[in-house]
Amino acid sequence: MEHIRTPKVENVHMIDRLTPRKSTAGTLYLSSTHTIFVENSEARKETWVLHSLVYNVERLPTNPSGSPLLIRCKNFHVYRLLIPQEKDCLDVLASLTRLSRPECYGELFCFSFNPNLDKELREKAWGFIDLKAEFSRMGIPSNLWHVTAANHEYRLCETYPSELFVPKSAFPAVIVGSAKFRSRGRLPVLSYFHRDTSASICRSSQPLSGFSARSADDEQMLHAIMKSNPVSELMYVVDTRPKLNAMANRATGKGYENEDHYTNIKLQFVGIENIHVMRSSQQKLVDVGELPAPSMSDFLWGLENSGWLKHIKAVLDAGVFIAKAVAEDGVSVLVHCSDGWDRTAQACSLASVLLDPYYRTIKGLMVLIEKDWVSFGHKFSHRYAHLDGDPKEVSPVMDQFLECVWQLMQQFPCAFEFNERFLIQLHTHIYSCQYGNFIGNCQKERRDLRLQERTHSLWPHLWENRAEYTNPLYRTDHSQTQGVLKPLTTAYCFKFWKGMYGHADKSVASHQSPADCLNAVREESQQLEEELSAHQERLAQLKEKKTSGGRKKTNKLSERVRRPIPIESKLSSPLDYFTATRSEKHSPSFTLPLELAAPPKNGDPDDLSTCSDFESGVADLSSHSSSAGDDTKDHDSDEAVKSNT
Amino acid sequence: MELSEHIKTANVEDVTLRRPFHPALRGTLCVTSHHLLFSNRKDEASWQLLILLKNIDAIEKSVENLFGYPRAVGSSGTITIKCKDLLVLQLEIPGMEECLNIASSIEALSSLESVTEMYPFFYRPSHLTLLGPWGLSTTEQYYKQTERLWDRWRVSKVNSDYSVCPSYPSAVIVPREVDDDKLIRSARFRQGGRFPVLSYCHHSNGMVIMRSSQPLTGANKKRCKEDELLLQAVIDGSELGYIIDLRSAQQAQQARMTGGGFESKSCYRHWKRIHRHHERGKVVQESLIKLVEACSDLSHSVDRWLSKLENSKWLSHVHSALSTAGLVVECVERDGHSVLVHGSEGTDNTLLVSSLAQIILDPASRTVTGFLCLLEREWIQAGHPFQQRCAHSAYSHARLKQECPSFLLLLDCVWQVWRQFPLALEFSEALLLRLAQEVYASNYGTFLCNSEQERCAAGVKENTHCLFQSMLKPDIEEQYLNPLYEPTDLAIWPSVHPQSLQLWTGMFLRWTEYAQNMEEAREEVWSIVKEHRERV
Repeated sequence: MEHIRTPKVENVHMIDRLTPRKSTAGTLYLSSTHTIFVENSEARKETWVLHSLVYNVERLPTNPSGSPLLIRCKNFHVYRLLIPQEKDCLDVLASLTRLSRPECYGELFCFSFNPNLDKELREKAWGFIDLKAEFSRMGIPSNLWHVTAANHEYRLCETYPSELFVPKSAFPAVIVGSAKFRSRGRLPVLSYFHRDTSASICRSSQPLSGFSARSADDEQMLHAIMKSNPVSELMYVVDTRPKLNAMANRATGKGYENEDHYTNIKLQFVGIENIHVMRSSQQKLVDVGELPAPSMSDFLWGLENSGWLKHIKAVLDAGVFIAKAVAEDGVSVLVHCSDGWDRTAQACSLASVLLDPYYRTIKGLMVLIEKDWVSFGHKFSHRYAHLDGDPKEVSPVMDQFLECVWQLMQQFPCAFEFNERFLIQLHTHIYSCQYGNFIGNCQKERRDLRLQERTHSLWPHLWENRAEYTNPLYRTDHSQTQGVLKPLTTAYCFKFWKGMYGHADKSVASHQSPADCLNAVREESQQLEEELSAHQERLAQLKEKKTSGGRKKTNKLSERVRRPIPIESKLSSPLDYFTATRSEKHSPSFTLPLELAAPPKNGDPDDLSTCSDFESGVADLSSHSSSAGDDTKDHDSDEAVKSNT
Repeated sequence: MELSEHIKTANVEDVTLRRPFHPALRGTLCVTSHHLLFSNRKDEASWQLLILLKNIDAIEKSVENLFGYPRAVGSSGTITIKCKDLLVLQLEIPGMEECLNIASSIEALSSLESVTEMYPFFYRPSHLTLLGPWGLSTTEQYYKQTERLWDRWRVSKVNSDYSVCPSYPSAVIVPREVDDDKLIRSARFRQGGRFPVLSYCHHSNGMVIMRSSQPLTGANKKRCKEDELLLQAVIDGSELGYIIDLRSAQQAQQARMTGGGFESKSCYRHWKRIHRHHERGKVVQESLIKLVEACSDLSHSVDRWLSKLENSKWLSHVHSALSTAGLVVECVERDGHSVLVHGSEGTDNTLLVSSLAQIILDPASRTVTGFLCLLEREWIQAGHPFQQRCAHSAYSHARLKQECPSFLLLLDCVWQVWRQFPLALEFSEALLLRLAQEVYASNYGTFLCNSEQERCAAGVKENTHCLFQSMLKPDIEEQYLNPLYEPTDLAIWPSVHPQSLQLWTGMFLRWTEYAQNMEEAREEVWSIVKEHRERV
């Protein structure tokens, strides 16, 4: 609380970027965890922004109407406030700047977030995802693979989980020796076992090979992995870095496997760029979304120039390569990059999504993230800037994984049990620090923080609300659901993810969602069927009397089906067409009688994307959760929304 | 010359057909006056591919064994057929001479110029009859059905012999107080005689969308009193009307040098002019060519693809069409003013903008019947020169004459609206795709000729079937319906932010694997909806 200089500012305006006349007046509150804006209007609509989701706060030059303040969030929402007094604005700026950059774990929201669960439920919640069960689902341990205690108490590798699965034929000495020859001790271990072909995906960090070093243990380790696939005499080593980067690493005593030293390995580079390239690429992409009134060419040029989709393709290509090796060639693959916790996690998890239909379900994706990302030491707190730290450690690694899954969903609309909303919700919570799942950088750190005792787990919460995250087109017996996915990776398949980055224009598509409509239809159908069978039972009981309930229900139903239509909404803002003209050279000497182009005097207020939840109609649809975490009514957003509706 | 004289080799056996994402097939190839027929017989089950020769946009032939003897063993040729619906096929034909014969037949027969030789004049399916009225509606019928017009508007037959305006239909709707003499004078003052006529009258406030061609003010700023009176009668008492000129102000100025021009403020005092630049003609055709080329090269990197997509400018055209339509709707619906839309000739972008505005404004034009009626009224009767504009599509090597994919652009824009409002249109993407195909090559007479006058002269209505009628009768095919349709009376304002507009994959990637999964998704939607309907 000591960081809050002004807990309450009145007469603040929340500005809508595209339609300034839709701006609303209200009161701004600062709490220790949220910035809250309450409208003065009858509805007293509340907008909650979690401090830990704030990316940065920027003050624009003061103008006669007040001091504009820009709050950019890590989930790409942008809020633009106009504060009447400059002093208040400076206070809010200073408070928010401090509050959005916690200096130690103890300050994070998850340690104060309390959804009123008793201790027993909380413990049970943490057991919701069981990685041991996941490996046994794959058929592990087996006669070829077993669990090793080598990393008990994180002796061998601090950033790995304590339980590791390795080939039975690898002796403890080999395991230890191999770990010594790998960057940060991240030795090759099992990530995914493909039952159909007995080929496996293993992961590690780069070998400490330099220009000539070798390790008999590491060579034996790889040999053991290859031998654990009885039908194949070969294994791939996929180095996910561009070859040039890998070669440069040799100068620092690291590098890649020398094919001559290892028996029957085939080395393959797949060229995913490093975290720094990705960070700046995403920044450029976000900037494109914030362009004030871009022409089609500005937009496409900006998209190309950001290189973002190129990188997304590279990540997906890596996944496709691995999945093909495992499923079609039946060859095991060892995946690594430099440290084996960013690109390796992307490639392994994507390959798994392609290979195994289970990971395309809601629960399955949770398991996959828990396994390939959380347990194997993806540095969540560094990458997603949970604490004020080195900005060079920040990078949208997980964003890219989620986007690859989204791109796959675009190609295979029936193959995934979850919908886009689920991915966006995951994205938000990776950054939000509301739950303990993604706090810290590895299992050991999480254990030391006693997260399971002090915080809550996200997974059961998402699971309870799974109805909202379900793709209506998913059917377990559909051909797209079965087997291995073979996506096209032609350039034209990659699209701009509007749901994630397009907050400047959250106008229409969200109002009319076919998925929501279908879900409603599905729900009704199920209800109907249940009612039908109930009635049949009753009919059987009351053989003589007819029940009249059936007809009544039918009527009720046809009313309900209409629910998805935003009848009252204006469907979109007509101002679009005028903003589009403003940048045109031939723009007319003409303005319609409205305050449309209230010329932006104060700096560049257009350089801002506004969360347009203020636009009419959005609330009609069941899309509450797409923005949960930052602008909902309660800590436990979804619960609150449920009771409201 | 009889059509059959173009055919030197009618039949070839053992031809191999290659299509994208299908295994190669062997079979018999047959050329007739209007069709290319490939049939493959395998254990009773036979599979046939029938292509209208008119659908063929370009063919490329490569003959192997040029130096051998013509009928030498192994001599063969390959013909690549590129269709106007963007499908590309390959035929491997044994025998060099046969190959060359077939290629030259296709070349000759796919580019027939005479309307009455075209296939719609020969198409006689058993379930359709040539008796009865042709088309869905006429101007008179439209007027009769639209009660809100009766008070201030009338049907004029001034053009009944097509002498006032050769590209207009025989009947048009004009303000009641303007008599036919005034119309004739106004027509003389407008390019091609296209004087301002009613296109749409808004149901909620009676405001109208008019369309015309440019006024012929010329360099010395000629005036036409009747034209001014006609427009004055349109706004009748209300204070203001908007003229949406689909050219930049500079272009409109330049048009004066060649006899065209724009409505000056001093002469049309109650009208405000807004200029919006739209590309037209050749530029748009070239965009289509570039876009299709970009889509057919699978080896592009993402950067190259995006740069080619940008460079084609196709989406920019979609963007401007939708923005201007939005502007029209804004004037009519929100601000309550009437609008006159025109560019130069008033036969392309003018129709594009006025019909898009109606889809955004008018729930009636979002039903299957309503949409087809809109197309009939605003494109066919309004005299969009289909024959000239759709003579070639994206693959042709022929020198461009008057080709321009205005209609395809309309379909693309409608698709964008459908994507943004998936519940608001009664029809499906399949209907748009069907129209995109029929406009270039069809069994029906609907898209033949350039105007009503030409259609009359050629006897289209007597001798061909109407596409729209056949699509609606006896029942609308399920595939043309949107399973999620929920009518709304509101205007559906499409977002024109560039990130809201997408490549129409269903059209431009139609023949790729990409489209297959989408098809499965569509079926899944249908099965859910049907299951539900059964329960209800």
